[in-house]
Amino acid sequence: MHAPLFAALIRLADDHLILGHRLSEWCGHAPMLEEDLAMPNIALDLIGQARALYSYAGDIEAAGRDEDLLAFGRLERDYQNLLICELPNGDFAQTMLRQFYFASFMLLFWAEAEGSSNATVAAVAAKAVKEAKYHRRHCGEWVIRLGDGTEESTLRMQEACFVLEPYLGEFFAVDDVAIEMSKASILPNPQSLRGAWLADVCEVFVSAKLQAPDLTHAHKGGRQGRHTEAMGHLLAQLQYMQRSFPNMTW
Amino acid sequence: MYSQGLIGAGSDNTETPEFLTAFQARIDADEKIEPNDPMPAAYRKTLIRQIGQHAHSEIVGMLPESNWITRAPTLRRKVALLAKVQDEGGHGLYLYSAAETLGVSRKEMTEELISGRAKYSSIFNYPTQTWADIGAIGWLVDGAAIMNQVPLCRCSYGPYARAMIRVCKEESFHQRQGYEIMFTLAEGSAAQKDMAQDALNRWWWPSLMMFGPPDGDSLHSDQSTLWKIKRFSNDELRQKFVDATVPQALRLGLTLPDEALAWNEAEGRYDYGEIDWDEFWSVVKGHGPLNKDRVAVRKKAWDDGAWVREAALAYARKRAARAATPLVAE
Repeated sequence: MHAPLFAALIRLADDHLILGHRLSEWCGHAPMLEEDLAMPNIALDLIGQARALYSYAGDIEAAGRDEDLLAFGRLERDYQNLLICELPNGDFAQTMLRQFYFASFMLLFWAEAEGSSNATVAAVAAKAVKEAKYHRRHCGEWVIRLGDGTEESTLRMQEACFVLEPYLGEFFAVDDVAIEMSKASILPNPQSLRGAWLADVCEVFVSAKLQAPDLTHAHKGGRQGRHTEAMGHLLAQLQYMQRSFPNMTW
Repeated sequence: MYSQGLIGAGSDNTETPEFLTAFQARIDADEKIEPNDPMPAAYRKTLIRQIGQHAHSEIVGMLPESNWITRAPTLRRKVALLAKVQDEGGHGLYLYSAAETLGVSRKEMTEELISGRAKYSSIFNYPTQTWADIGAIGWLVDGAAIMNQVPLCRCSYGPYARAMIRVCKEESFHQRQGYEIMFTLAEGSAAQKDMAQDALNRWWWPSLMMFGPPDGDSLHSDQSTLWKIKRFSNDELRQKFVDATVPQALRLGLTLPDEALAWNEAEGRYDYGEIDWDEFWSVVKGHGPLNKDRVAVRKKAWDDGAWVREAALAYARKRAARAATPLVAE
């Protein structure tokens, strides 16, 4: 088994599953019907990407774990998503800002991964880049509308910036797995995307009349399975059926 | 997902007999009535109420199913359920738009819903307790909805009829998906079979109630039939549903919770037991297990989202005042 590739795929898959899970919590509760369609749509894309990544990770591992065993069958310490993905949704401002940050990052990430030396990764990236482009546009538009909307929406968007800021640095953290993937030209080095990401965020923030984020103080640990207190509760729901009724076909 | 027999539609038209006769002649000639056509006030009012109730049913119907999105047992089931609930939201959107062509706004209809004044399909006032409920809803509730809605594709009001064509295609897919969930459970472990049987026990009678009160007690049906809004009576549709569904239940190896259920050779249909109409009216009048919760959840979403909608409007006004430049560069 190619251990670093397996680890890298699981990280990416966990990011998408956990964020998709959070976004899906909005379904039926959105501020307007159009968003009750848009948010599940984005969640569907994210979970779809997670499925492709888990399946491929399962093939690489060759230990008989399929997408569901990987998605539902691990302990909390074995999930390796970015912490920002697991944070509770907060209000609509926080949800959209997080989604924008993630989509902006993933758009850059997938765009580079389209040229991956690994054909499966390149194929996943080619599909995901189109989806991330739409997610970034949709969520970026909301960041602008809310940032430059009413007094209340501006305050809420500023609060969202404040709450999420400590979780941004983790996007660009590099360790042995990331370096290995980058050296083999399989996945981009996240550190190398930092400048372009910040430029993209700042461009939207200028229109949104928001201050550029400060990435100095970053909470990290997601990639090592050190999660926030919110994660266990999320997994309690996510894994409920598989834990209650193990080894069954659904 | 479904519209129940109308509750409280009044007729207060002052139109001339010639106008009403000419309108009825168009209906009788199977012409479609379009938004700008003259129409009797009672026809308009009836449609606004029916399409509104139908739209509300789609929107409230998202809640019992979204209750299981975060707990779906596999990724495949999770994405299918997410997509299904999203479809229901889409149906709500078409239907509100169809109602808007009759001169009522989505905001007005939403305010009616969250005030508790508007009706929606009573079935959504029951809880989804297990994963099998998601199968049972798809199979039975969407199945009943299809029985109700297929005739609406030929409804005299054009925008409603056209919306129904697309809605029915999607509902039919949902129904098959629901049945497939039940099938998988019925083929599974003892615990899964029990779960499927339990869900059928709980959803069967409320599904039969979806067709509305028995024909003798149904208000408004006669006029709706004349206007070709309604093509079959409540009892006719209910019978069709029973006849279609019983063999499906048998195929699953599940037992319908009705000891009186039996094939009637002479009539070529299934006889079924007495529906508990006291329960039906109790739920319609707001006393079902979750009536208050469903409305409260919709109201909370609407109230919590007020600042978002206000911000979007405020931004749109500011933007209109500025040069039209792309919001986010590609």
